[in-house]
Amino acid sequence: MSAITYQTDDQGIVTLTIDMPGQATNTMTPVFREAYGAAVARLEAERAQITGVILTSGKPTFFAGGDLKSLLAADDAAAIFERAEAAKALMRRLEKLGRPVVAAITGTALGGGFELCLACHARFALDDAKIQLGLPETSLGLIPGAGGVVRLTRLLGVHAAAQLIVDSTLFDPQRALQMKLVNALAADREALLAQCREWILANPAAQQPWDQKGFRLPGTSADAPADLTWLRTAPTLLLKKHRGLYPALEAAMSCAVESAEVDFDTASRIESRYVARMAIHPVAKNLIRTFFFQMNEVKGGKSRPEGVAPARFKRIGILGAGLMGQGIAQVAAARSITAVLKDTSLEKAEQGKAKVEQNLAKQVEKKRLTSEKMAAMLQAIVPAGDAVGLKDCELIIEAVFENREVKRKATQEAEPQLAAGGIFASNTSTLPITGLAEASARPENFIGLHFFSPVERMALVEIIKGKKTSAETLARAYDFVLQLGKTPIVVNDSRGFFTSRVFGTFTREGAAMLAEGVDPALIENAAVAAGLPVGPLAVMDETSMALAWSVREQTIKDLRAEGRPVPEHPAWAVIGKMVNELNRPGRAGAGGYYEYPQSGGKKQLWPGLAQHFPRAAQSLPAEDIRDRFLFIQALESVRCLEEGVIEHPREGNIGATLAIGYPRWTGGPLQFIDMMGAKAFARRASELASRYGERFAPPKRLAQMAESGETFSA
Amino acid sequence: MIYDAVRTPRGKGRADGALHEVPPVRLLAGLLGELQRRNALDTAQVEDLLVGCVQARGEQAGVLGRLAALAAGWNAELPAMQLSRYCGSGLDAVALAAQKVRSGWEELVVAGGVESMSRMGIGAAAGARDLLPGLQFDLKMVPQGISADLLATMDGHTREDVDAYALQSQQRAAQARAQGRFARSIAAVKDANGLTLLAEDEAIRGDATMEALAKLKPAFADMGELGGFDAVAQLKYPQVERIRHVHTAGNSSGVVDGAALVLVGSESKGRALGLTPRARIVSAAACGAEPTLMLSGPGAVTRMALAKAGLTLEDVDLFEVNEAFASVVLRFMDDTKVPLEKVNVNGGAIAMGHPLGATGAMLVGTLLDELERRQLKRGLVTLCAADGMGVATLIERL
Repeated sequence: MSAITYQTDDQGIVTLTIDMPGQATNTMTPVFREAYGAAVARLEAERAQITGVILTSGKPTFFAGGDLKSLLAADDAAAIFERAEAAKALMRRLEKLGRPVVAAITGTALGGGFELCLACHARFALDDAKIQLGLPETSLGLIPGAGGVVRLTRLLGVHAAAQLIVDSTLFDPQRALQMKLVNALAADREALLAQCREWILANPAAQQPWDQKGFRLPGTSADAPADLTWLRTAPTLLLKKHRGLYPALEAAMSCAVESAEVDFDTASRIESRYVARMAIHPVAKNLIRTFFFQMNEVKGGKSRPEGVAPARFKRIGILGAGLMGQGIAQVAAARSITAVLKDTSLEKAEQGKAKVEQNLAKQVEKKRLTSEKMAAMLQAIVPAGDAVGLKDCELIIEAVFENREVKRKATQEAEPQLAAGGIFASNTSTLPITGLAEASARPENFIGLHFFSPVERMALVEIIKGKKTSAETLARAYDFVLQLGKTPIVVNDSRGFFTSRVFGTFTREGAAMLAEGVDPALIENAAVAAGLPVGPLAVMDETSMALAWSVREQTIKDLRAEGRPVPEHPAWAVIGKMVNELNRPGRAGAGGYYEYPQSGGKKQLWPGLAQHFPRAAQSLPAEDIRDRFLFIQALESVRCLEEGVIEHPREGNIGATLAIGYPRWTGGPLQFIDMMGAKAFARRASELASRYGERFAPPKRLAQMAESGETFSA
Repeated sequence: MIYDAVRTPRGKGRADGALHEVPPVRLLAGLLGELQRRNALDTAQVEDLLVGCVQARGEQAGVLGRLAALAAGWNAELPAMQLSRYCGSGLDAVALAAQKVRSGWEELVVAGGVESMSRMGIGAAAGARDLLPGLQFDLKMVPQGISADLLATMDGHTREDVDAYALQSQQRAAQARAQGRFARSIAAVKDANGLTLLAEDEAIRGDATMEALAKLKPAFADMGELGGFDAVAQLKYPQVERIRHVHTAGNSSGVVDGAALVLVGSESKGRALGLTPRARIVSAAACGAEPTLMLSGPGAVTRMALAKAGLTLEDVDLFEVNEAFASVVLRFMDDTKVPLEKVNVNGGAIAMGHPLGATGAMLVGTLLDELERRQLKRGLVTLCAADGMGVATLIERL
């Protein structure tokens, strides 16, 4: 069976139906390209008998886009360039066939699929809000490679097109209609095809606007290809947002502007050059590997035990109506799960719910939420002042104060209310789950569900297996996280689990630099320049150094009790001094590394830092500061892998990027090592170790990989 | 001293030209990279970058040299200047570099020019002359093409004369390209992936014939007759009964894209950097010429440059006279009695094209390569420039 079937009706209209054998969706593979080429050649040969062409799909979706597997392997820019040029030449031949060519968009058309549609003279789509259209390539470090930049720019103007492409914006058919990217919508397939036929018969001499004489690209003037104000500000704003770390975003914007300054065919060639450049770029590999392949594995159940029936939750309980409890209740309610929000009194629980209500009201104001949905969500949140209210919950999550005794009491009070076979989860971020499970009557039903703040915005949930946690409990917890629309990573029990443990290395590195006499502004800016969302000093202020200090003291106590050594780190002298001597424990405690004007103005670095942490005579090289932030977290991730805290690199990559702000461009801490190559990474780590401390020394596994040339992603 | 001369190949100045897709600042940046690579140049040693560019509008406006140097990763402390003496710009940049070095105030300067005519469109930039009718009433100027036809008319050169000259330009250029005579100076233009866009001049038509040339339509007849410029020229030159419009697209300079750079420095600086000098810049001159006839400057300015050096026309072995129009070169030879054997021996802008601001610097490299190939000593580059000007620079091989 061919990938494209060719059918001619009695009116001379040819319907090309893309239906690639052996695949659930259509993608831009060599098989497709060959079939497309053959179809175009046949159309040209039979041109005299043809009145028009309809391009459609035989799958539930229209076309999924590029062949990411082959793009991941691509390393020859010249070959990519030639391939792009060849594919575009075919599209151009169809576009210039001299007969109307119309796309009947029966389902989601993304990337290359949407580009096929753009190369048609008219587009009609099913009126179905579930259908997604658009060019999402830049989110994976690529740019549209089949004329998408050039055609969208010519249809919408540089400004609008660049924005859609840079932001990887997807839209439904209604929005596409508003933007005039589709001609009209149809209720069903039959009506859709009828529309296409009608259009073909009414427009026998159809031509693309850019092939018509006197065509002027929307928004151009004699001086510039786009509104000058936009041209002058957009690149800068992009740099501000992404710090120059995402080459595809820059390539897409450059390509859109440059393509507007020349004729169609030259523009198309410029696009191919950018496509080739991006396809072989290491950042594209990082993004594709982690956020496509590894993300699919993470969400596709690779870490979920097999053989357990899928679970669906209708009623859950949440202990503690504080910030985390509110957040969990809100996201559960958003998915139509009844959430019993319990605190020590009904009043406190109701206060918690009121906070959620305020939060949602703001969303409604910004038109991100309908008031109907808000009402339904509030209906689903049930405040409770005692344990009885938790009756029949299929899952109870405790989000109470981080204290073993408090947690023990809460667990023992609530657990008996669980529905038969229900599971109990702790939202602790620091306390080992195995220890907490001792309070449970059924430790095999006890698990860690580590949510991040703010819960409604953070995509990750870290699932922690205790020693006795059963496979069934894990599978059900995993299903719950997916049901919330979040991304689950599964880790083994350990102090700080994976995310907090790795994150701690980052903040401590910042404090250590201060002790070394590095200018605090440089510390903060170097972190942001590397792609971290905020500097380590600002983070420590937000998360409270007093808390960090008390966790540290508890850790020392625990380790001593176990007879294990207490790891030293130069950061603790700084944090101890800030908390105990200078009384600057962080934002909540009237200031930390920063001071926070009471008027609500912008925070600024506390001038006292210069006095208490005198600047060294010589500053560190900026690349050392940057590398210390990226390396220390990557090294800790390797240790977590070595110690079995995470069982697969994908959990480390997804976890660190989604939860703790490890820069996306790296593809995650372990992919960052793969990008550099274990050998180069280990060499640089050793260099940092000799300059800044043994914590940078490559762990055993890394040294072995440097030797063998092995990679994490294999 | 000239230490090196490098240029891009010239791409057809049309939408299907090979360099059309390259913005001029990138063209220049790529060439800067090449100059640096060829000479293992520590860019911190360079004290100024002078870039000629004529149509300073849109993406050619501002100081392209500064942006290109930064884009090429050159030392950020290197300043740059953009200059225009119309078609003389590229040569003026080289002359100014020599003057800077000779003054002893600077020791190493890069000079050249860039023009992307396919992207700017010829004459697309309105100038002061277009916007002030009063200037036209006072000065009675005409476009270059009309001046070129006026020059041919006054000199008695026929359509056959100019076509014959054009044919020879094509043949000489085709032969030179085939024999690799431009290879030393040309740096292929590549994209960011390292894929080659253009490696050789693409406008040359070695298969041109007199018959084919004769078939081309006069380019400036309508403009002269219907546009009134012939009549204006006759106000200045009442002795001309009728301007014969002999110039066509075939015997005028081609519209192309390109860039060129020359590395100029003192002897001691070159020694310190381990660079081998290829030639000395002996003298340079610029002159004004009658603005309606406009293109008659090369003869006069050549004499001026030679006088400054205490030399005569006989002391010069080869001449590069920019082929803005065939009549310009014919006028130069009439004027100076320099024989055709010494003029534009590898063809010129009629065959290869004239990337306005870059041409002067390109011709320095072409001349130097040929002096070396023939083991000759002195050469002179001269160009006419719009509004009635001329420039010339004399070099001497070491």
